[in-house]
Amino acid sequence: MNEMTVTPEQKALLDRFLADNKLFYAPDPEIMEDHRIGPRSAQEEALLSQPQDPHKINEVRGLVVAALDESNTMIEQMGAAPGAKWGDMTTAIFTAAGDLSMIAPHGVGGFAAAVFYPIKFVIKHWTDEPTVGIRDGDGFIHNDARYGGIHNTDQSMMMPVFWRGRVVCWISATIHEGENGSCEPGGMPAAAESKFDEGLKMPPFRVVENFELKRDLVTFLQNSVRDPKLQLEDMKVRLHSVLRLRERIIAVLEEHGEDALVVTLRQHIEDVVQEVHRRIRELPDGTMRTVSFADSTLRESALLKLNMALTVKGDRMIVDMRGSSPELLNRSINACQASFKTMLFTGFMQNIWPDLPFTMAVFTPFDFIFDKNSLINGSFDTPQAMSLIPLFKTMTLACIPMAKFNYGLPNRYTAIVAPQYDQPATLIYGGLTQHSEYTGNFCADINGMGQGGRAHRDGEHSVSPPFAAHCDLGEIELMEEDLPMVRLGAFTLARDRVGFGKHRSGLGYEQIHTYRRSGLWGFMTGCSGSLFSSSQPLFGGYASPAYPLCKIKNINIFDELKKNPEKFSFDMIELMNTQPFEGASYSTHSMGMTFELAAPGELYMMCQGAGGGYGDVLQRDPGLVIKDLEENLISNDTARDIYKVVFDADTQVVDEAATQRLRAEERAARKARGVPYDDFVKTWVTAEPPAHLPYMGCWDNAEEVYGINAGQRVKMPGTALQSQFMLNPKDLRIAELEAELAACRKAQASGRQA
Amino acid sequence: MKVLITENLRIDLEKELWECRHCAAALIGARDNYKRGLLVYDRDPREIHKPLLDPSKYPFTYSPDPRWCRILEYYCPQCGSMIETEYLPPGHPPVRDIELDIDALKGQWSSRDEVTEAPVGTDPPRRLHSHDHGHGHGHGHDHGRGARK
Repeated sequence: MNEMTVTPEQKALLDRFLADNKLFYAPDPEIMEDHRIGPRSAQEEALLSQPQDPHKINEVRGLVVAALDESNTMIEQMGAAPGAKWGDMTTAIFTAAGDLSMIAPHGVGGFAAAVFYPIKFVIKHWTDEPTVGIRDGDGFIHNDARYGGIHNTDQSMMMPVFWRGRVVCWISATIHEGENGSCEPGGMPAAAESKFDEGLKMPPFRVVENFELKRDLVTFLQNSVRDPKLQLEDMKVRLHSVLRLRERIIAVLEEHGEDALVVTLRQHIEDVVQEVHRRIRELPDGTMRTVSFADSTLRESALLKLNMALTVKGDRMIVDMRGSSPELLNRSINACQASFKTMLFTGFMQNIWPDLPFTMAVFTPFDFIFDKNSLINGSFDTPQAMSLIPLFKTMTLACIPMAKFNYGLPNRYTAIVAPQYDQPATLIYGGLTQHSEYTGNFCADINGMGQGGRAHRDGEHSVSPPFAAHCDLGEIELMEEDLPMVRLGAFTLARDRVGFGKHRSGLGYEQIHTYRRSGLWGFMTGCSGSLFSSSQPLFGGYASPAYPLCKIKNINIFDELKKNPEKFSFDMIELMNTQPFEGASYSTHSMGMTFELAAPGELYMMCQGAGGGYGDVLQRDPGLVIKDLEENLISNDTARDIYKVVFDADTQVVDEAATQRLRAEERAARKARGVPYDDFVKTWVTAEPPAHLPYMGCWDNAEEVYGINAGQRVKMPGTALQSQFMLNPKDLRIAELEAELAACRKAQASGRQA
Repeated sequence: MKVLITENLRIDLEKELWECRHCAAALIGARDNYKRGLLVYDRDPREIHKPLLDPSKYPFTYSPDPRWCRILEYYCPQCGSMIETEYLPPGHPPVRDIELDIDALKGQWSSRDEVTEAPVGTDPPRRLHSHDHGHGHGHGHDHGRGARK
C-alpha cells in the first residue's frame, strides 16, 4: 500500500481544518487526565523570579480567604437546595490558567477541586471560539462530571475576573443541587442504564452575560428538571455569591494591584507542592496495599473490588489502582478518573493532611496508574450518576495504607484515624409535596457518618460525611415544612452497630421515615454494604457491621399512632423483631433500592454507618467498655463476648482480676486456634473467586481481572478491560419464576399421569 | 534502632526483624511479609457482628454474609495480641499490605532519633466551638509531639 506523504504545509492546513471543524467538544482527555497544576505563565514567571514580600502575600491571602468565606456564607443563607442548607457547597478562586488556588474555609473542597477541569475546558476551547469567547461579565454553568466534577447533581457557576482588559483569575460557586431531571427524582439515579438517563448533562457553557442570567437558557434548564423553582433560585444564588466575591477581588486589585494577587494565588499553590514533596520524602520508601469492596451495583448484589497500591519513592507518591473492578456499561456506579482523583484528594485532606491549604496542588507530586475502562477510570460513555458508590470508598481508601506510612514518623500532622463510614446511607425522595409542587432530592443524613477509631481515642459519632468535616445535618422541622416526609425516628445512636477496637469507631444513627398529605411520593436509596462490611478497620480492630434497609409496608403508621400509640417504638430493631402491627408486612433489603412509590404511613428505616475500629479489642480499657454500656452504645453481650470484660450487670462494676483472666484465656485461645500463615494460605487461598460470588476485580494477580458479562464470569487482562453488560434483574427474576412454574406444571402433569 | 511501623509492629533495623510491640517477639525477617510470622484464623463474621434482626425472619440482619465476607484475624504467636484483621471474600489471597525498602529505611533513620512511643498529632479539624480555627485549640489532648529519646 502506498503511504501518503504530507508536507509540513499540508499538515498545518490539515491541523487548522480539523481545529476549525471540530465535530463535538467532548470531554478533553488532555484536561481530564491531568490533575497537576500547570506551568507558570510568563507573567507569573516574571513576577515570581523577583524577591517576594511574604507579609504582602499573607495580607492578600487573608483578604481573599475572607471574601471566599463571605460568598460561601451567602450561599448557605440564601441557597434553596437542601444541600446548600447543610453546607454541601463552596466558593473558590483559581489562577488565570484555571489552577485551584483557595476555597472558602468551610466549603466542600471536593467541588472546587473538580471545577478546575471545566474552567480549563472553557479556557482551552471557548476563548478563541468565535461564537463563544470569554468576556468581562460572562458566567459559565456546568454539571457533567465527565467534564470535571463528582456527580451531576452539583452545579457550578464559573466566572473570569477581568482587570484592565484581561483575565487575572477565575472564581466559582458550586452547590449540590440534587434534582436534575434524571430518570429517578433527586439527581442520583441508581436506575440509569445509560448516560442519557442521567438528566441534565451540561458541559461548561455561558449562561451569564453582562453579569446577568440569560433567561432563555435558564428557562431551558428549568424545563428539563422536576423542580424549576429550585433551578432558578440557585442559579441566582450562585451568580450573586460569585458577584460578591468578584467585588471583593476587584477591591484587592484596586488596593494591592494585579501583581500582588497573581503572586499570591500562584505562590500559594507552589508552596503547597513543595511542602507535599517534603512530606512524602519523610515517609519510608516502599509500597502499602489495601483492598475495599462494594457489594452492590444498586440493581443487584455484586462484589466490586477497589485495589490500591501506594508507593513512595523519594519525594513522589504513586497511586496504582490496577486490578480494580471493570466498568459496568449499563449501571450507574462508574466514575471517571478525574472524579476519583478529586475524592481521593478530599480524603487526604480530611484524614491525612488536614492542615494543608485546600488546593488540588497537593496532588501535583502524585502519579496515578489505572486500568483503562475500570470502575474508577470509566469511559465517557458509561453512566456515572451514582459514582458515589466507589467514590465514597475512595475517600477513606488511603487511610489504611497512609497510616502504615505515617505511623513511625517523629511528628504527625494529624491523629491517625481508621476509615470513616464510607457509603451514602440516606434516603433519596421524590414526588408531589403538600404544596402541590414536584420535587426530588436527598436527606442530609448523609452527613451523619461515624468516624473511625483514632490512635489516641474513640471515633466521634455521626460526625460528618467523609468529604467535608464542616457539613451539618439540617433541620428536620425545616424539611417537614417543605416536604410531606415525617421522620419518626432520628438521631438514635444504633446500639452495637459499631466498629469494635481498642478505640472504637463513632456510631451512626437510625432514621425512620414516612410521609403523609401527598398523593404521590416515593423513596430510593443508593448505598452498598449490606452483605460485606463497608468501613475497614485499622491495626487489628473490627469493621463496621453490614447495614440493611428495613421496611414496614401495608400499614398507615399515623392511623396506628392514633389507635395504639403504645405499640410504636422509636427503635427500628424492636419494631422489626417484635412486629407489633397486625397485617403489616416486614422486610429487610439490600441498601441499594431504585425509586419506588410508597403508600402514606409506610415506614422506611435505615441506619447511618459506623467507622472502622482501631486496634485489638482486648486492649480496650475496661472502664471505656463500661462507659459504652452506660451510654447504651453496646450491649452486655458485646462487653462480655467481644471485649472480654467481666462485670456485674446490675452495678456495672468491673471485676478487674476476672477480666484479666478472661482476656488471658482469650489470648491463649487465639494461639490455640490460629494457624501459621504459610499453612493457612495453603488451605485458604482458592485459584479464583468462589463460583457463587458475582465477583469483579483481580483475585491473586492484579494483571488479571474478573468480570460478569451478560451473566457469565469472564477473565480479562487488566490492559484490555471490557465494559461489563449486566442483565436486567427483573428479566432474571421472571426467568426464575418461569422455570419454577414449568417445574410445577411438569410435576402436576406427572402426578396426573401416575 | 527500632522503627515503629504500626500500633502492633516495629522493625529492628540492626537485626532486620519484624517484632511484636506488645511482647517483643521476633516474628520474621524485615524484608519478608510480616504476616508469615503470625498465626491466622478464619473468623465467621457473624460471631463478631452478631445478627441484631431475627435471622429466622429476615435475610439481612446487620451481620455480614459469611458466604461473601470473612474476617482473617492475625495473632502474635507469642502473646496472642491481634496484630491485624483483614475482611476478605472467602478464598481471597491475603494482601501483602506492607512492603518496605529496608535499605532506604536504614538510610532514613540514620539521621533520626529513635521514636519509642508514637506521637498523637492533632485531630482532623472539626467545628467544635465557634472560635475553633482548625488548629486544634481546645481539643483537650496532647497536640502533638511524641515522646522521643
